[in-house]
Amino acid sequence: MFKQKYLSIAVTVFLFAVMFLAGSFRYTGFFSLQVILNLLIDNAFLLIVAVGMTFVIVTGGIDLSVGSVIALTTMMSASLVQEHGWPPAVVIPLMLVIGSLFGWVMGAIIHYFKIQPFIVTLAGMFLARGLCYVISINTITIDDAFYTKMAQTKIHLPGGSFISISVIIALVVIAAGIYIAHYTRLGRNIYALGGSEQSALLMGLPVARTKIAVYTLSGFCSALAGVVFTFYMLSGYGLHAMGLELDAIASVVIGGTLLTGGVGYIFGTFFGVLIQGVIQTIISFEGTLSSWWTKIVIGLLLFLFILFQRVLSARQATQKL
Amino acid sequence: MSTVDGQEREPILQMSGIYKHFPGVKALNNVSFRLFPGEVHALMGENGAGKSTLIKVLTGVYSIDQGAVTLSGRHVAIHSPLEAQAAGISTVYQEVNLCPNLTVAENIFIGREPRRFGRILWKEMNRKAEQLLRERLQLGIDVTQPLYMYSVAIQQLVAIARALNISAKVLILDEPTSSLDRNEVEQLFKIMRKLKEDGLAILFVTHFLDQVYEISERITILRNGEFVGEYEAAQLPRIELVSKMIGKELELLGELPKAGGEGRAEAKESLIEAIGLGRKGAIEPFDLLIGKGEVVSLAGLLGSGRTEMARLFFGADRPDQGQLLLKDSPGAVHSPRQAIDAGIAFCPENRKTEGIIDDLTVRENIVLAMQATRGWMRRIPRKKQDELADQYIKALNINPPNPEHLVKNLSGGNQQKVILARWLLTQPKLLILDEPTRGIDVGAKAEIQKLVLSLARQGMSVLFVSSELEEVVRVSDRIVVLRDRKKVKEMQEDIGQQQVMQAIAGG
Ligand SMILES: Nc1ncnc2c1ncn2[C@@H]1O[C@H](COP(=O)(O)OP(=O)(O)O)[C@@H](O)[C@H]1O
Ligand SMILES: [Mg+2]
Repeated sequence: MFKQKYLSIAVTVFLFAVMFLAGSFRYTGFFSLQVILNLLIDNAFLLIVAVGMTFVIVTGGIDLSVGSVIALTTMMSASLVQEHGWPPAVVIPLMLVIGSLFGWVMGAIIHYFKIQPFIVTLAGMFLARGLCYVISINTITIDDAFYTKMAQTKIHLPGGSFISISVIIALVVIAAGIYIAHYTRLGRNIYALGGSEQSALLMGLPVARTKIAVYTLSGFCSALAGVVFTFYMLSGYGLHAMGLELDAIASVVIGGTLLTGGVGYIFGTFFGVLIQGVIQTIISFEGTLSSWWTKIVIGLLLFLFILFQRVLSARQATQKL
Repeated sequence: MSTVDGQEREPILQMSGIYKHFPGVKALNNVSFRLFPGEVHALMGENGAGKSTLIKVLTGVYSIDQGAVTLSGRHVAIHSPLEAQAAGISTVYQEVNLCPNLTVAENIFIGREPRRFGRILWKEMNRKAEQLLRERLQLGIDVTQPLYMYSVAIQQLVAIARALNISAKVLILDEPTSSLDRNEVEQLFKIMRKLKEDGLAILFVTHFLDQVYEISERITILRNGEFVGEYEAAQLPRIELVSKMIGKELELLGELPKAGGEGRAEAKESLIEAIGLGRKGAIEPFDLLIGKGEVVSLAGLLGSGRTEMARLFFGADRPDQGQLLLKDSPGAVHSPRQAIDAGIAFCPENRKTEGIIDDLTVRENIVLAMQATRGWMRRIPRKKQDELADQYIKALNINPPNPEHLVKNLSGGNQQKVILARWLLTQPKLLILDEPTRGIDVGAKAEIQKLVLSLARQGMSVLFVSSELEEVVRVSDRIVVLRDRKKVKEMQEDIGQQQVMQAIAGG
């Protein structure tokens, strides 16, 4: 039996396929494996933050700090590596720890002080963005050997196409995300929490631990995305990843996750990111269109998806066995 | 307080001197409770008596203000449902406490999923869940579907399955049968008897009196957050149980003279009739005819379906079967709007949240409903408002007799009269009063009762809901008795409180 719960994912995948095929018919050179792989290469960092964001949204929360944490990570990495000569082997793990800690603190505030995630992570967003400028108001370019190697290494696939190391990292994060979501207690507790926090509490689930873990996880993903973003840009800058939190949220929603929590799949988020990427690619192939059209199309898609989810959940409500 | 003596056994659970208050409510006031292994112990009390609160302080959902809990003879302090489970207390809370987005199997197993090296074994979990539901609850459903796909009854069974699957010493079931049908209840009772034989201690809450006597050996009664007593079920007649829940000792229920039975029209022309009207989970289908100028009372315990019945008459809830027919006008009542147009007024139970608007004056509160029926564009002229307010303040004896007084500064009884005035102003044919005298002083009570009678004499029909048998008997032409969300009896005039109480207790 085709489970209804996969319906919204199916729609997302279908939409991606349609867009990709439409692009292929319209533009020569569009229909190739490399175009798809480029989607992954250009959006590796977005894939990584979107995984963390999916978990947060499944609990019914939101994390607005992710873009700023990415910027802060690029800034701190660049400063430490470039200006202080720290080895990347120390800097990168340190970034991941700081990002996780940042998320942990926000999660703890959200849970113990019962403050809206929106407000807490908004504060986190300003804080992290502001801290970037404490380090420097200018771009810090990185020419460290390890970082340039990570940026430039191409992993060749049979058939002449290639991917970057960042793509590998992103795919590993996605695989890990899917595993956590569906095969671990933490993952199931996250879904339970999103279904009903009160019930989760009464069922004896560790609500506090789960909620804080989710924001910690999102902080970790943001820092990792920041590391990948540093590979991609080879610089640290306070204006990096401006508004990226909104792209991440859009990907998650287009991927079929309900903003009200409880329902969502990492797999869907993956396609949500790819859809955004394919729109960008189409617009760049078109040549004459401004890249702001990406935003317009994504805006429209978001409207459609939220309406679609609304209709779906209204139908579910009337459809008991 | 009476207790059962001669017990040599050690209680597995003992709660003593428990206090818990919420803002404005003393939910538990020096309550004690004990539970022995191998017994089903019913915790009884009307809605709001504090049963669920007692369960929640025991299982760490709420903290205890004061009091001691011992489990197997040792003092324990339980701070969360998780700790309660770890201490061997498995609970089905009153509200279905599951996650609708997860599958049935997960809802049973979450937190205790079968795993290998940290990986959840879905196949095994689904198999176990299916087996558990089939073998113990005779329920064959697809456990891989999300829970929201199923009816409330099935969800309740799943919650029970979850509780059964936790190997516990104490099993708590807070109104687990509220949406189960007879067969499902039977199945549950079979399991409870089996568990009892195995030595489990079961705390059972229900508002179905039949079920209490069917399954439990011992009964603890709470009333308004106070401990009334602990009794052997076999030695507590139903009628006594009811009187203890309501808080009236039988010997105190002397017959009071009935006011104004005389002078009312004899043969009543019918006004409105319910035929097979019912709503699942709220009230079973019933027939009821209300005549013109007649006062019909609904009597029964809190939670017996009185308010639900009254709301159906107003169209406030949608019935899922039956019809409500008006005699004068063709067509049926489907919504409050239609009810108001048909001349039905509803004075809700909770005047604080549903009726009175604190920061408006007496005058403004009184004209509210009339203004609403005229539409907000056609304002009632100020002079007319003053006239009406004065008229009703006098008629109902509202004190202080100042139309510009803020309603929040009035006493409860006078606030109640303001609401009454509001609805009377619309000159309804049928006035539905849900607990019009709750929480107001004796003087005001008598005045409201008098008012009801005089309105009836003028030809208005009244559907009167009250917990106080004394006033039910005093004002009604006819009394409809409800029990367990069912209309069980209809009694004509000249009824005594004893008979009504007997009917409420049943069997
Ligand atoms: N969380 C809460 N906050 C405030 N008041 C509450 C809360 N829970 C229960 N109460 C109040 O405590 C009293 C007892 O409620 P409850 O234990 O649910 O009664 P029962 O289960 O016997 O029907 C009621 O007056 C109710 O309004
Ligand atoms: Mg209760």
